[in-house]
Amino acid sequence: MRRLRWWLGLVFLAAAGLLVWLGRIPSLLEWQSLFLKHAFYALFFCGLLCLWRVLKGPTPADRVVAIDILGILVLGFCAILGIATGRDWYIDIGIAWALQSFISTLALAKYLEGRDFDE
Amino acid sequence: MNNIIGYIFIVIGLLFNLFGSLGLIRLPDVYNRLQAATKCVTLGTCSILLGLFLSRGFSAAGIKAILCAMFILLTSPVSAHALARGAHKSGVKLWDKSVCDKYAEDEKR
Repeated sequence: MRRLRWWLGLVFLAAAGLLVWLGRIPSLLEWQSLFLKHAFYALFFCGLLCLWRVLKGPTPADRVVAIDILGILVLGFCAILGIATGRDWYIDIGIAWALQSFISTLALAKYLEGRDFDE
Repeated sequence: MNNIIGYIFIVIGLLFNLFGSLGLIRLPDVYNRLQAATKCVTLGTCSILLGLFLSRGFSAAGIKAILCAMFILLTSPVSAHALARGAHKSGVKLWDKSVCDKYAEDEKR
């Protein structure tokens, strides 16, 4: 049942990306160049590969690694959005996200070692 | 001109990101996946941020992008090392064609 929900979410994400790519749904951001739009879709594909590893990873360590990589990829998303829309505050979101991702990865690594959080 | 150089850096970064994510899918083991994905994706994202700096110049966003790239270059190897140590301590087996396991030998000694 849980796997079925995962699959439904993945299919929904793929369908939404395809619809935006084909231009049926008007994009929420005003894109200034077509190249950066396609760069954003390439990064979106990388994020889908990471989510596939989160879904399929046999051990918890695989999932934690994929979450860590996804946290770094989001920084690339923020940079490309910052160039493409001409707004500077996207890179601030990127800095905050990088800090948060680093701390959460260290906490999850400590949890994988079998220690408590308050040690 | 600066825009074009920045876009070239962005394309290089996207290729690195794509190959890193492909390694995350294709490689057989936690440790192989960890080293492929961490190195490739870190370098690719730093390249994208450098492209942002080149296309914006010395503005607020450009300086913040350089700061962000420095932060990633410092913290990503730390988190990867912590993850590998945690995975080894939690008992994840190596791939059966792996040659040696120095960490287990050190633990045994």
